[in-house]
Amino acid sequence: MNNTNDQLIDLPVLTDEMIGLLETLSNIAGVSGNEIAVRSIIRDSITGFVDELHTDALGNLIALKKAKVEKPLKVLIAAHMDEVGFMLVEKESDGIFRFKVIGGIDERALAGKPVQVGKKQKPGVIGACPVHLSTREERERILSVDTLRIDTGPGTSEIQPGEYATFATKFIRMGQSVCGKALDNRIGVATLIELIKNCPENIELIAAFTAQEEIGLRGATVAPFRYDPDVAFVIDCTPANDQPAWDQSENTHYKTKLNQGPAIYASDGRTMYDHRLIRYLTSLCENYAIPYQIRQPGPGGTDAGAIHLSKNGIPTASVSVPGRYAHTAAMIVRIADWEKHFQLMTAALAHLHADILKADR
Amino acid sequence: MKNLLNTLTQTFGPSGYEKEIRNFIQKEIEPFVDEIHIDALGNLIARKGVQKEDGKRIMISAHMDELGVMASHIDKDGFVYIAFIGGINPLTCFGSRVKFMNGTEGVVYAETKKMNKIPDVTQLFVDVGASSKDNCPVKVGDVGVFVRPFLDLESRVVSKALDDRIGCLIAIETLKSIKDSPNELYFVFTVQEEVGVRGAVTSAYAIDPDMGIAVDVTIASDVPGGEQLNPVLGKGPCVKVKDSMLISHSMVIKAMTDAADRKEIPYQMEVLRFAGTDAGAIQFARSGVPSGCLSVACRYVHSPSEMVDWDDVENSIRLLTEILDKPVIL
Repeated sequence: MNNTNDQLIDLPVLTDEMIGLLETLSNIAGVSGNEIAVRSIIRDSITGFVDELHTDALGNLIALKKAKVEKPLKVLIAAHMDEVGFMLVEKESDGIFRFKVIGGIDERALAGKPVQVGKKQKPGVIGACPVHLSTREERERILSVDTLRIDTGPGTSEIQPGEYATFATKFIRMGQSVCGKALDNRIGVATLIELIKNCPENIELIAAFTAQEEIGLRGATVAPFRYDPDVAFVIDCTPANDQPAWDQSENTHYKTKLNQGPAIYASDGRTMYDHRLIRYLTSLCENYAIPYQIRQPGPGGTDAGAIHLSKNGIPTASVSVPGRYAHTAAMIVRIADWEKHFQLMTAALAHLHADILKADR
Repeated sequence: MKNLLNTLTQTFGPSGYEKEIRNFIQKEIEPFVDEIHIDALGNLIARKGVQKEDGKRIMISAHMDELGVMASHIDKDGFVYIAFIGGINPLTCFGSRVKFMNGTEGVVYAETKKMNKIPDVTQLFVDVGASSKDNCPVKVGDVGVFVRPFLDLESRVVSKALDDRIGCLIAIETLKSIKDSPNELYFVFTVQEEVGVRGAVTSAYAIDPDMGIAVDVTIASDVPGGEQLNPVLGKGPCVKVKDSMLISHSMVIKAMTDAADRKEIPYQMEVLRFAGTDAGAIQFARSGVPSGCLSVACRYVHSPSEMVDWDDVENSIRLLTEILDKPVIL
């Protein structure tokens, strides 16, 4: 923090409207490459709050909110709006479709799941042989995607190969948690929408709702070029594998844990994060008494992997909301973790200053 | 020069945390360059000379980052679980020592119950002498490097981080010896090569060079049961023809071999079936850059004890100087 704006601000709380927005966003289908419905909701939510709004060639929705000062710091915040899902490959017979997986989904998480299919969101299921008829040997084998089919029932002449499908899980609030199919990363999308609405006037905010993150950070590869940011933050939802180990040994590889606050990245498979920004974020957490965790270093990545290597290089940080069961039909996130994440990002924008980047990296 | 190499190899600088090594190199080269700056990722970019009529803009890249570890978990008894920074074989780690950025040192070992096969990195930990999570001086996210002193074997030298501090030495000494080149030379001491040639991506974009040359180590085959490769220690600098990221530009190869012939410097052709260097990134900058790599044959690459031949080092400096001193035809 620095002298010009070191007054602590009042941190926002998560409102029911935000949870309602997340519900809408999570339920809508937006598999990588087909983000149009998500884009449309975002557009409706932020029109009037931004000065420019573009959909680019890859499908990124990029908003610019100008500052009210001369030569402001240009800050990119990126949240990917796509989700993992399926694409229909071939119609085997009326109502039976071969499909492929878009993004990283474990084949073990497929059989028996309800899905919604095609432009009209027709209900279907990923069929599985019933246990009654499976031999023991069959039950021990993982059902590969080649052997599985999506079954919508007959009367599907309007559904064509090339259309998408998603898990059909409806968003629910369960006590202190929320559960949905696309919390990764509609939670980041909902957060970014709120950040736009309350952005401080001394920074120029470039809000990039990116496309195609789940298939290789593709939207984020081009997104930074439109407005040339000085610094970037990526907000996302990240796996927590924090259950106790089966043999009671200490779980040393949880990546993140629920109820420990926002996960700040130090290093992942695609990025060594800018430690000036890591220090900035962790000291904000300490000053505001916001709990935080360092996501365990190791494989994986976020849009930061593409963004920080854009042009001459962009100092980049990643802050994610931890969630269990990522890339399955149902992810669970603690509302408190989301709120702390939202608060940290609000504070990060409020206190951000070019001096942070003048220190030696 | 061996003293300089000694300091270069022993100075802290894992990928993403190159401040200390960068500061050292910056001080070393500042009197010899026309312009110097540090970019957003931490690359040290030094310009020497301006482009004359028959000259080119040439980027010379030596990566200053080294392999390392990052703390991923502190267990209840104070053992520090780690992730690797860069491509490290767990077999080279047992009993190795690491030093974290805050000065804490410790020994690397693995969960012994699982030692009947090569352990996964997730089973490795560093014992820093702590007895609980609370008194462990290392936090999740802290970075460290392997500890291994510089060893002078007269005709050969051994150390951690010869990959690529030997390239840094060659670039530094070349930079000092260049007097009046027609070329505009950008000596870049890059960051984050070991995690995916990242520093070269952004620095090459900024420089927009006509030609790129990486200076790095390559695998020497002349060890018992070694790889079936051409480069050996002591037979001169290696002219890279290909690796898994780069097919060297034919005219860059020619510039290297012509320079070697002019100065009667021995050289070896290098065809590497795997791996890559900064040149793999430089070639992709903007609309594409003719690129190549001058390699030094090195034994035990990516272990804490890498070995190169000193004649190869001196010849590499002579060769790189000769390449950069003369007009290059692309």
